[in-house]
Amino acid sequence: MRKLLFQSLNQLPLTEPPPPADAVAELAAALDGRARQRLGRSLAIRMIDAGSCNGCELEINALSNAFYDLERFGLHFVPSPRHADVLLITGPITCNMREALLRTYHATPSPKWVVAVGDCARNGGCFAGSYAVAKDLAELVPVDLYLPGCPPNPSTLLTGLLALLQAQERV
Amino acid sequence: MTDTVIAIAKPLSRFGPGQPVPGHRPWPRWLVDSQHWNLAAAQLAVGELSLLGLWGDVDSVHMALHDPREVSFAVLSLPCPERCYPSIGLRHPAALRLERALFDMYGLVPEGLPDTRPWLDHGRWPVTHPLAAATHNDGGGRRYAFLANEGHSLHQIPVGPVHAGIIEPGHFRITASGEIVVRLEARLGYAHKGVERLLLGADLARASQLAGRVSGDSTVAYALAFAHAVESACTARVPPRAQWLRALMAELERIGNHFGDIGAICNDAGFGLMQAHCAVLRERVLRAAASAFGHRQMRDCVVPGGLVADIDAGGGGAVQALIDEVRLHFPALIELYDSTASLQDRMVGTGILDGGLARSFAAGGYVGRASGRDFDARRVPGYAPYDRLHFTVPVRQNGDVNDRVWIRIEEVEQSLRLIEQILAELPAGPVRMALPVCAGIVEGIALVEGFRGDVLAWVRVGADGRVARCHLRDPSWFHWPLLEAAFDGNIVADFPLCNKSFNCSYSGHDL
Repeated sequence: MRKLLFQSLNQLPLTEPPPPADAVAELAAALDGRARQRLGRSLAIRMIDAGSCNGCELEINALSNAFYDLERFGLHFVPSPRHADVLLITGPITCNMREALLRTYHATPSPKWVVAVGDCARNGGCFAGSYAVAKDLAELVPVDLYLPGCPPNPSTLLTGLLALLQAQERV
Repeated sequence: MTDTVIAIAKPLSRFGPGQPVPGHRPWPRWLVDSQHWNLAAAQLAVGELSLLGLWGDVDSVHMALHDPREVSFAVLSLPCPERCYPSIGLRHPAALRLERALFDMYGLVPEGLPDTRPWLDHGRWPVTHPLAAATHNDGGGRRYAFLANEGHSLHQIPVGPVHAGIIEPGHFRITASGEIVVRLEARLGYAHKGVERLLLGADLARASQLAGRVSGDSTVAYALAFAHAVESACTARVPPRAQWLRALMAELERIGNHFGDIGAICNDAGFGLMQAHCAVLRERVLRAAASAFGHRQMRDCVVPGGLVADIDAGGGGAVQALIDEVRLHFPALIELYDSTASLQDRMVGTGILDGGLARSFAAGGYVGRASGRDFDARRVPGYAPYDRLHFTVPVRQNGDVNDRVWIRIEEVEQSLRLIEQILAELPAGPVRMALPVCAGIVEGIALVEGFRGDVLAWVRVGADGRVARCHLRDPSWFHWPLLEAAFDGNIVADFPLCNKSFNCSYSGHDL
């Protein structure tokens, strides 16, 4: 184990530069209207899988790897909605997850933000129209930001979350 | 589909009381009466046959079987004019949840089924029996009766469906006596999206897209299983280059997921260093996949008839660079895993899955192979190009978390070998063909080895070229109940470890 740790000390970090500022700023501008509360330069994120195919989860997990290193920006995942500022919601909002989703939303203290991750959370994606999925996430909870993709890649996710931080700072 | 598959898949001849249903390929589908249906149940119960799938139709039930001794495969179909059939689950527990789900979807009653609680249907849908003549439902939900536990000082720990980590939704009810687990019971269905009904009447492009989203981590395996089933049904011969590139994608998917799992299992034992390094390797796999095929997870790349596009001009180089990188760094991680006593203390002897249970449930993938079940769909029934490639299938006997990690480690090594062979011998030529027009209704079935185990796809294509019915069975159907068995008698704190070592798909199971 020591050998591996020493090797890691000697090599340059794999972590990549943050996404381009203009991409972040563009998204942040779009968020301005909703950015009424200042949360400080850190966000605690709670993820809710509302019936995704697990593709989005894989890319959200990737945010924590050495290349993207989410925590350097003050963003971190928390295990309880009680500790969260942001709810990341994936999936087409299945009927079977609707109550759990609403309960988690209400368990999250205000101020809170909702970020819909992936095409499914936007409009059901390719599962739209099924008897087993809700029509629209926005009918259930207010959505602050949509991050498109099937699944969105980690760079898209990172850009969106940084925009959320920046939007808060402007208020 | 290749000749190999058709040649190996000999019929389960003892179930052939008449002519097989015409137009079903490559395995025969026999129409049977309840006597033969029950005979199959008896043979499943004593382990002479393996259950590969059990699913419904408008007015019949189908069961896919594998005879391990004769190396043969078949589908049995039992007409249900009275909307009921003799339960297989009564004698063969692996069928229990499949029959509960089948009732939820079709309203066909398994006579004698010991557990009649709804499974996928939580009472939240606006309809009941959505694949039969669906009737209105208020969607208000209903209580679920968990199994009773009796004893002194037992306590229950409910977990989920929203979990502490970044994972899929499911509910676990753990009953413990102090730290010792008395029973784990899962309640699933939270990720049910109604895929099978969406598939009804879908054109092949849309159906392929849906199949690739049944379980996102196995998108290549699912798209491949669906494509194989359609190609069998239409007797299409896919160009060799497409077959080889499909295998390249499948192996990339396998090693990417295995790296993720190996790291995550160690992380659940509190050893974050492995997670950090394995996550880097996983990211490199996804980037190589994006360079070669245009998408990190290789979604929507495999379609019936071949591939959407050929490998990128620089793709081969990117994949070779990945192989070199893995060969350089992975051995040190294996050594780290094997020589860290505190980690081994958590892994060895934890969550032991009995080999008899693994065989009885026909557990695929690392779950079955870590408990001595020597089965790999790439070899049997087999499909191109694996008949031309050299690889071994690792099998271990202890059935604990440690063995499930080791199977993954050894499979990574085999997949690297496979990828190198594919890169070296990749045939030239087109990567897609137009599917032949089929006269009338045709049916196809396929078994494809995903990273988690064998994925079963069954499809009926109508004369209009659209999907008339399709069933996709995730390996997790058989893994989930085994997780409950393997966790018995362990300590509560080892649940994440056991759960991650199985890494069952919630979405793939819930459909």
